[in-house]
Amino acid sequence: MTRFLFRRIAILIPTLIFVSIIIFGLQQLLPGDPAIAMAGEERDPQAIAEVRAKYNLDKPLPVQYWLWISGVLQGDFGESIRIQMPVARLLVEKLPVTIELAVLAMIVALAIGLPMGVISALYNGRWPDYVANVVGLWGLSTPNFWLGIMLILLFSVELGWLPASGYISPTEDLWGNLESMIMPAFVLGNAIAAVMMRHTRSAMLQVLSSDYIRTARAKGLFERVVIAKHAFRNAAVPVITLGALEFGQLLSGAVLTEQIFSIPGFGKLIVDAVFNRDYAVVQGVVLCTATAYIVLNLLADIAYFLVNPRLRS
Amino acid sequence: MSEAVIAAPAATNPAAEQSPARRAFKRLLKRKGAVIGLAVVLLFLALAVFAPLIAPFDPTEANWGAVRGAPSLDNLFGGDELGRDVLSRVIFGARASLLAGVVSVAIALAIGIPLGLLSGYAGGLVDGILMRITDAMLAVPFLILAIALAAFLGPSLTNAMIAIGISATPIFVRLTRAQVQAVRVEDYIEAARAVGNPPLRIAFRHILPNIWPALMVQATLTIASAIIAEASLSFLGLGQQPPAPSWGSMLNSAKDFLTQAPWMAVYPGISIFIIVLSFNLLGDGLRDALDPRHRE
Repeated sequence: MTRFLFRRIAILIPTLIFVSIIIFGLQQLLPGDPAIAMAGEERDPQAIAEVRAKYNLDKPLPVQYWLWISGVLQGDFGESIRIQMPVARLLVEKLPVTIELAVLAMIVALAIGLPMGVISALYNGRWPDYVANVVGLWGLSTPNFWLGIMLILLFSVELGWLPASGYISPTEDLWGNLESMIMPAFVLGNAIAAVMMRHTRSAMLQVLSSDYIRTARAKGLFERVVIAKHAFRNAAVPVITLGALEFGQLLSGAVLTEQIFSIPGFGKLIVDAVFNRDYAVVQGVVLCTATAYIVLNLLADIAYFLVNPRLRS
Repeated sequence: MSEAVIAAPAATNPAAEQSPARRAFKRLLKRKGAVIGLAVVLLFLALAVFAPLIAPFDPTEANWGAVRGAPSLDNLFGGDELGRDVLSRVIFGARASLLAGVVSVAIALAIGIPLGLLSGYAGGLVDGILMRITDAMLAVPFLILAIALAAFLGPSLTNAMIAIGISATPIFVRLTRAQVQAVRVEDYIEAARAVGNPPLRIAFRHILPNIWPALMVQATLTIASAIIAEASLSFLGLGQQPPAPSWGSMLNSAKDFLTQAPWMAVYPGISIFIIVLSFNLLGDGLRDALDPRHRE
């Protein structure tokens, strides 16, 4: 276990370094002088010089990178040009909202994807399998921002059941929070549900053809016990670990979902920052999501290692 | 005698005389989903190419008499907030979507394949460095990387295509590398090396044709993701710029008029859904036809 962990972390560190170099390098893509681009509307040479000095743009690139990453490692992601607030504070404020959305979306994805995958595998080649596959293809092919708009049209505009947009903190009003999050969570979880369905189906098909399932049936166990206790338990392990890898997809989807439903999370933060040329915020959000994704990957690997006795031995 | 014995199966089995590509195409045509997907993709391609001949109106021309007009015989899909014909904009919007899908995947292939070949074939330190860079790029979620790139490059369809292409590159680097590692130990590669072929020739003449099917399947599925990514970037205002039509930007303006003109949101969204579904069906069919593990 220690050796496995050591090896995984040994790969993780250079990956994180390359992530930081890529994110730092984004700034170099700014057309022309980055100082002029970052100064925005200001064309005053003194203002441009101030920006250049403040963001160390007058220093060589390796020095600029070193100064930036040293700050990041101490929790200093720079300052938002628009809000005049430390980026780290903004990230800490917005992160819980996106985490809540991601967790709710994952619950939706598991609640739809796992049973559908099991049913699809149990009725392999029959109509429930086809229905599940069609629903899976629907989930993979529907742009979530369009699905969001259609749900607003149905549940908010036509039926008036749910709020079209906005966010209420769960500490303020738990029921109001759930009402405002149910549509975004469904929209975001829809695509992941399709992926989970496909993973579950293939894992269940594999498990159902294995010897121990035949043995369980041969000794006269009820079919539901065979499915629930022997087949699903074993099939769910790789599926749940793969689910952790879908986190990246969740974060990508959250950008659009938060935009449609006006949820003040990470996604809305990065889009607003893009339009306000608030590059420090863009870099901060990208760095945070990438780090979260890498750490989740590591945790998924460890979880898979822990629950799989063959790997442990 | 032995010649006759060897020649006999080929003479009785016409399929053996066909090229692998032809046999794969025949297998593809046996799959209903893939055929429907291919037909719809070709239909949208025709719509995009012949848009000026098919579209009933100029997609950028405002008509104040049809502002948010409901679908009618004159405007089959209704009018938008400036009275522009939604049907014409949907037809012209196919151009942006298909162009973005194909060009961004071409960019990803053009960068990803040579890097994957190099990584898989060279191994060692080169492979180690390239894989860490690939891991780093894969660690940033696809759309977030595309948004960040588009933000720094500036909003336009060209920059959106570049951003999506770069974001999709690591998928092809990884896939090419894995395929190269699988085939580099084959006897025919050993033979090519033994007769003195230089590494570059082995990579492009002997390895690439053998890993091409897997790349084609992935490319088809990535076009579907790229079309959604372009629509997403245009929806956020980072892709196609107004007044040029794009399904994503049409949905962006539609969301402000949901109560007055819901048709503005319905048709561009259905178009994205249909084209993405078709590419997914085609990709699944190609995988079944080309990958022996997926064949029945």
